[in-house]
Amino acid sequence: MRWGLRLLACTYVFFLVAWPTWMVVQNTFADGLTGLQTALNDPVVQHSLKMTAIVAGWAVVINTVFGVGMSLLLTRYEYPGKRMLSVLIDIPMSVSPVVVGLALLLVYSGTFGWFGKGLEANGIQIIFSTPGMIMATCFVALPLVIREVVPVLQEIGDDQEQAARSLGANAVQTFRRITLPSIKWAIIYGVVLSLARSLGEFGAVKVVSGNVVMQTQTATLVVEQKYQNFQQETAYSTAFLLAAAAVVCIIVVSLIRPKEEES
Amino acid sequence: MSIEVNHINKRFGDFVALDDVSMSIPTGRLTALLGPSGGGKSTLLRIIAGLESADSGEVHIEGTEATHLPAQKRNVGFVFQHYAAFKHMTVAKNVAFGLEIRKRPKDEVNRRVEELLDLVHLTQFSHRLPSQLSGGQRQRMALARALAVEPKVLLLDEPFGALDAKVRKELRDWLRRLHDEVHVTTVFVTHDQEEALEVADEIAVINDGRIEQVGSPDELYDRPANDFVMSFLGPVTALGGQLVRPHDIDLANDGNAFGSVPGVITRIQRVGFEVRVSVRTDVDDDVVVMMTKAHARGLENGSKVWLTTAKGALTVPAMGETLPPGVLSEDMGDVEAIA
Repeated sequence: MRWGLRLLACTYVFFLVAWPTWMVVQNTFADGLTGLQTALNDPVVQHSLKMTAIVAGWAVVINTVFGVGMSLLLTRYEYPGKRMLSVLIDIPMSVSPVVVGLALLLVYSGTFGWFGKGLEANGIQIIFSTPGMIMATCFVALPLVIREVVPVLQEIGDDQEQAARSLGANAVQTFRRITLPSIKWAIIYGVVLSLARSLGEFGAVKVVSGNVVMQTQTATLVVEQKYQNFQQETAYSTAFLLAAAAVVCIIVVSLIRPKEEES
Repeated sequence: MSIEVNHINKRFGDFVALDDVSMSIPTGRLTALLGPSGGGKSTLLRIIAGLESADSGEVHIEGTEATHLPAQKRNVGFVFQHYAAFKHMTVAKNVAFGLEIRKRPKDEVNRRVEELLDLVHLTQFSHRLPSQLSGGQRQRMALARALAVEPKVLLLDEPFGALDAKVRKELRDWLRRLHDEVHVTTVFVTHDQEEALEVADEIAVINDGRIEQVGSPDELYDRPANDFVMSFLGPVTALGGQLVRPHDIDLANDGNAFGSVPGVITRIQRVGFEVRVSVRTDVDDDVVVMMTKAHARGLENGSKVWLTTAKGALTVPAMGETLPPGVLSEDMGDVEAIA
């Protein structure tokens, strides 16, 4: 019975995850390294990878800072509307990224967004440019840091923080010396998940970026475009790069984390 | 007076934790806040430390108005029931924390940490992490950490509550000796009356958000202000509408003594050196009499006996809520568990 369940689980994961991912790898290296080389020499791909790095990088930084702040708000303070906040934070998990993109368009679009018009009049363009793409990516990856950090904060409680306060530490010192070291690994794990999620974001970014080649096109958007233009090899190679970056992040963290906990 | 609290009120929602509490805590002494859980004693301690804020009322520490000072400016040492050790720091770093926050020179910090670790007998553990220490060692580390900043007052919130019975007893003897060495004004919260009677110079009994009585251990034991204080400080039983301590009842085989109450033995229980005899009288369901084994010789279930309150024994009119007959206060439970 137990063996049956194991077999079932392994088969399921194999056909759903492992095999398809492996096929991408196989297609990427079907002609040795030429596929990757062609892709990397394509200026469109080059620019898109740069865009992905910029957008994902900023989104991760913003989500980490706000994620830790929100986690503290959710665990260390009591105020009306706290549960509402907690529910709101989960919305990005359940709403389709395309909907996120459209919603941002409605607010920040320079032509019809009720907030965007005023911004555009003052020379700030959000939609069809990098800020909008960062916002969309932030939105979809918002809960990842928070959902990693909140349980840890709840588990450690606030005894240590109170002890630090009574020993003369102010809020900043308490956070830096006591809270941060305790939630360090949760933050790192949250950052890695956010990074992986941000690298792979497609729907929301496609809507708000306008998908302009060499301008607002990220790597995921290039994959789709190249695939539809029958440049399968470049599509697979770019897809491989995206997947590899995410997998490497997760592997690195899972390798270093247990060591830290032993000491 | 080292700590003055005036007319402190504190509510948590509908629950009244402290109801107009005023109290003075003398300088250089060891004061216990004693009471049942949920009685408000920990809340009072946390308000003094600035970890909780009162709804109204004032706190003065060493003559300074501290009501609105944040915890980090009150210069009080606080020791938590569950140690609150900084898990990612070594024992030495834990103790050094308050001094490093105050930016003291390094050699002064090192010297002071060494002194304190010596004081709490943890010198050889200075490079360990708190997770590698036993509970008692962790609490001693927490105490050294609190003392490092030379606080005006030291506050301990159920400091031995999470430790097992043997370590608890060792640590409270040690705390008493430490206090005799260091002389810092100390307030500790406990629900264990034996701990308070044994360690404290002065005890404040707190119940239902009010202070029932303040006094020395002897005063409280010999002249309890009411039935609550009496029943909280040790086992009591009711005889003829009066609360009396079970060892203050004389048991006789005849009714010759003046005012003696006849009854029938319903249960005899031996716990180590003492014997507890339950007697049913016409008025009281179950009077508990405690005596040594020698005195209990010849008694058996169903024997008719006569009870009198011993000469000079303390009695308090049994009013309002008393403990259910036969069930004595907490420490008796402990004795039973050990036996």
